[in-house]
Amino acid sequence: MVTSILPLVLENTSVRRRGKRLIGPVDYALAPEGLTIIIGPNGSGKTTLLRVMHGVERISEGRVRWAVPDEHAQHHQAYVFQTPIMLRRSVGDNLRYPLHLVKTPRAETEAAVSDWLERIDLQDRMKLQATRLSGGEKQRLALARALIRRPQVLFLDEPCANLDGASTRAIEALLSDALAAGTRIVMTTHDLGQARRLASDAVFMLHGKIGASGPAPQFFDAPESAELGAFLRGDIVA
Amino acid sequence: MNDIYEGLAAAFWLVMTLDADLIEISLRSLQVSLTALVIASAIALPLGTLLAIRRFRYRRLTISLLNALMGLPPVVVGLIVYILLSRSGPFGVLGLLFTPTAMIIAQVIIITPLIASITHQAMRELWAEYHDLLISLNTSGRQRITTLILDGRRNLLTASLAGFGRAIGEVGAIMIVGGNIDNATRVLTTAIALETGRGDFALALALGFVLIALAIGVNIAIHWLSRTEREGRW
Repeated sequence: MVTSILPLVLENTSVRRRGKRLIGPVDYALAPEGLTIIIGPNGSGKTTLLRVMHGVERISEGRVRWAVPDEHAQHHQAYVFQTPIMLRRSVGDNLRYPLHLVKTPRAETEAAVSDWLERIDLQDRMKLQATRLSGGEKQRLALARALIRRPQVLFLDEPCANLDGASTRAIEALLSDALAAGTRIVMTTHDLGQARRLASDAVFMLHGKIGASGPAPQFFDAPESAELGAFLRGDIVA
Repeated sequence: MNDIYEGLAAAFWLVMTLDADLIEISLRSLQVSLTALVIASAIALPLGTLLAIRRFRYRRLTISLLNALMGLPPVVVGLIVYILLSRSGPFGVLGLLFTPTAMIIAQVIIITPLIASITHQAMRELWAEYHDLLISLNTSGRQRITTLILDGRRNLLTASLAGFGRAIGEVGAIMIVGGNIDNATRVLTTAIALETGRGDFALALALGFVLIALAIGVNIAIHWLSRTEREGRW
C-alpha cells in the first residue's frame, strides 16, 4: 500500500499578482476521501485555488502542506485543464507520454494504453493526431492521460465546460469510476446540477475567499450563508 | 539575354556530360554546407529551445545578442576565423587554414545564431501551449526540451533549412578561409565568383544554376524524408 499524500492543509494562504490579491487568506483542509466541488462566480478564485493545491501557482503568503514531502506528493497528483492541452502527437502517444516520463516498462505501458483507449471509447483512433479530435474526445483523452499514472489526487478545472450532455455524462462516468477506485477528486464547475450530482463535499468561493464549505447534502439544501443561497438559486452574486 | 541562354546551354551540357570538375565542386559544396548544418543544428536547436523555456538573468540580453548575430557579416567572420587559424594565430598549429574544415568552422559560426533564433521564436509558441501540462506532469528540464524538440520538429526543420540556405549560398567567409584552391577548397559559390571575374559568364551561370538546383533539391529531399507535409502529421 502506497502512503497517502493526504490530507492537504492550506494555512492562511494567499496569492497576489501585480499588487492584486487573487485569493486569500484561505484556510482549508482537504480530507482524504471523496469528491470536492468548488463553485463560485467568475473571477472568484476557483482556478487559482485549484492551482495552488496542485502546486503550480506561486503563493505569496501562508503554507500549503501535504502529509508527505512536496516532491513525493507531486508524483501522485494530476490536473486536467479547462481547455484540454493536446500534445502534437497521436492519441496513443498522448496516453503513453506520462508513463514514458516515469520510465514505465513497455509492456505495462501498452497494456495501460489499450485499457484506457477502451474506457474512453477511442480504440479506433489510436493512430489519429490528437489535435484532430472533437472537443468531447479531447477532454476524455485529457482525463485518461491524467488518470493513467493512477494519481492519488486528481484536480479538474471545469472539465465539462462547452461539452454537450452526452460528453458530460461520459466524463462523469469516468470520474465516478475513478472515485470508486479510490482517487481523491477536486474539481471546479459552473454547472450546479453537476455539482449536486457528484459532490461529497463542496466549497463556495467568493472574492478570493472561501464563502462556505461543508459536506454535500447540507451544503446545497441548507446553505450556510446568504450569498451561497443566492448563488445556488441562480441569482447573480457580485 | 544571350549570356543567360548560353549559360543554360552550358549548364545543361555540364550536367549531361557529368563534368568531373562540376561534380567535384558540387559535392564539396554539399559536404561543407551539410556538415556545417549538422554541427550548427546540434548546437542551435537545443540552445534555442533552452532560451524559450529557461528564465535566467541575462535572458533578454542573450536573445537580443542572438538576433543581432543573425546579421553577422560573413566577410568579418571569415577574417576572424582566418586570423585565429593562421600560422601565427592561436590555432595555427592545427594547420586548418585553407582546408574544408576551416570553411565548415566559418559557416557554423554564421548559421548557428540564425538557426537558434528561428528555433527560439517557434519554440516560444509551442512552450506557451505546453507549459501548464508539462509543469503539471512534473517533467524535468531535460524532458521538457526533448518533448518540445520532438513535437516542434516541423518548425525546427524550417529553422535548419534557413540555415542551410545561408550556408550553401555563402561566399565571403569561405573565400577568405578556404582560399578557393582548385581540387581542395573550391566550392560552387567561390567558383562562380572566380569565373565571373575571369569573364566566363556562361560557366559562371552554369554553376549558378547548378547551385540553385542543389539548394532546391536538398530542401525537397529533407521535406520528403521527414514527411512534413503529409496529411495529418505535424
